[in-house]
Amino acid sequence: MSKLLIDNVSRVFPPVRGGAPVQALQPTTVTIADNAFVTILGPSGCGKSTLLRMVAGLDTPTTGQVLLDGKRVREPGPDRGMVFQSYTLFPWLTVAENIAFGLREKGISQGERRAVVSQWLERIGLTGFADHYPKQLSGGMQQRTAIARALANDPAVLLLDEPFGALDNQTRSLMQELLLGIWERDRKTILFVTHDIEEAIFLASRVLVMSARPGRIKADVPVTLPYPRHYTIKTSPEFSSLRAQLTEQIREEAVLAAAEH
Amino acid sequence: MRPLAPISQTTRFVLGILFFVFFFAAWAFATLGGFVSPTFLADPVTMLNDGWVLLTKHGFLGDIGITIWRVIGGFILAALVAVPIGILMGAYKPIEAFLEPFVSFARYLPASAFIPLLILWAGIGEFQKLLVIFIGSVFQIILMVAIIVAGVRRDLVEAALTLGARDRGILARVLIPSSAPDIAETLRLVLGWAWTYVIVAELIGSSSGIGHMIIDSQALLATGQMIFGIIVIGVIGLISDFLFKAANRRLFPWSLA
Repeated sequence: MSKLLIDNVSRVFPPVRGGAPVQALQPTTVTIADNAFVTILGPSGCGKSTLLRMVAGLDTPTTGQVLLDGKRVREPGPDRGMVFQSYTLFPWLTVAENIAFGLREKGISQGERRAVVSQWLERIGLTGFADHYPKQLSGGMQQRTAIARALANDPAVLLLDEPFGALDNQTRSLMQELLLGIWERDRKTILFVTHDIEEAIFLASRVLVMSARPGRIKADVPVTLPYPRHYTIKTSPEFSSLRAQLTEQIREEAVLAAAEH
Repeated sequence: MRPLAPISQTTRFVLGILFFVFFFAAWAFATLGGFVSPTFLADPVTMLNDGWVLLTKHGFLGDIGITIWRVIGGFILAALVAVPIGILMGAYKPIEAFLEPFVSFARYLPASAFIPLLILWAGIGEFQKLLVIFIGSVFQIILMVAIIVAGVRRDLVEAALTLGARDRGILARVLIPSSAPDIAETLRLVLGWAWTYVIVAELIGSSSGIGHMIIDSQALLATGQMIFGIIVIGVIGLISDFLFKAANRRLFPWSLA
């Protein structure tokens, strides 16, 4: 029962002003099972975001195709919710209106929208901020709202592109726990891009390690730590050994990437 | 004084007033002190006197009203045409490719140079005055609105796409609300320019309005009246600017910190 199929997908960016074309991603095939929490781990510039954007339909593969439940992805759609690294809440809408954006687009009635929104406000702990504008929120609150906005739409897959990259360490840990808590309850399929090794292990049931550019998946590491996970798991021996293993993998790539420049 | 260091509201207000005080003091010194002939430049007291006479005896309020109506009428016509075209140009690249070269060219056509032609086409009535302002404003607004809309943050558009928004949704729920404060700011700017066009339009072939009063006063060497007319335009501009800013603040609270 596989849900998301990335089938021989590659991406070559056309040359810029007489330069050579850039291969961002080598042909990649991977199957993401239903309800999985998969993190894509890689050094910066390895094409991990490009891969995610092609799943979202925001970018088009040069070869291959992305299939969601057997249907080919051709353009962005509400079945693939996305949370970006940059703060992308609509600044002219309040927190509640932001969360309701997709529902309104679907033509869902105001009463129903209100119910879904208040439920999500509660889950992300922002009930008291329903009528605030994004500018009045901290970075962590904005990203919480962005997660709620994507999930309120009830997508088949949730895609996250380094969503906590701009947050401070403490906030980032809390956000990881919040996201994990949501997933442990809803078991929505999640594809999460990060360059943070600890984050990749703590969240995921499976870590895909990517090589330096041109990117490819160089290791597929299952994480067998049991759910629900508590943050103290980060100090367990199993966690440490996984971290050591992945650190080694990523280091090789970082060294390679650094040597290229 | 340190670069970019903020100042208090009171200091800002006092400094702003201070320049006006200096300006009038210098003017009074030059004229009342006898350094400039009254034929060329009236002193501030004469100017205020002449202004009072204009307002009470010569029905200058009516001229002011006529001028304001022309500016606002021409400006609203221009905005009604230009804002939608600008939005479409900014949103859809083929429309931009189709219109942009012509609009860029038309933008440099001086509105005042059209006056003789417009008199030929539309006579010397109100319609001709509105047309001058319309021609002067419409291309500027189109181009600036198009640039604003084309510059809407890509990631906001992408976020909306992943939330299921389609073409219409992107236009109506992302591009337009996102650029609305900047469009309002552009309109405020262009309204300022519309004031210069209206006066030019009134200097030629007109029998009413502030510009007509100024050209009439020239024949009488009444520099006090001319200066009063110019200052009235400045004051009205200041008021309309203030009102526009206040409206923008109320309409777009989210765009402020």
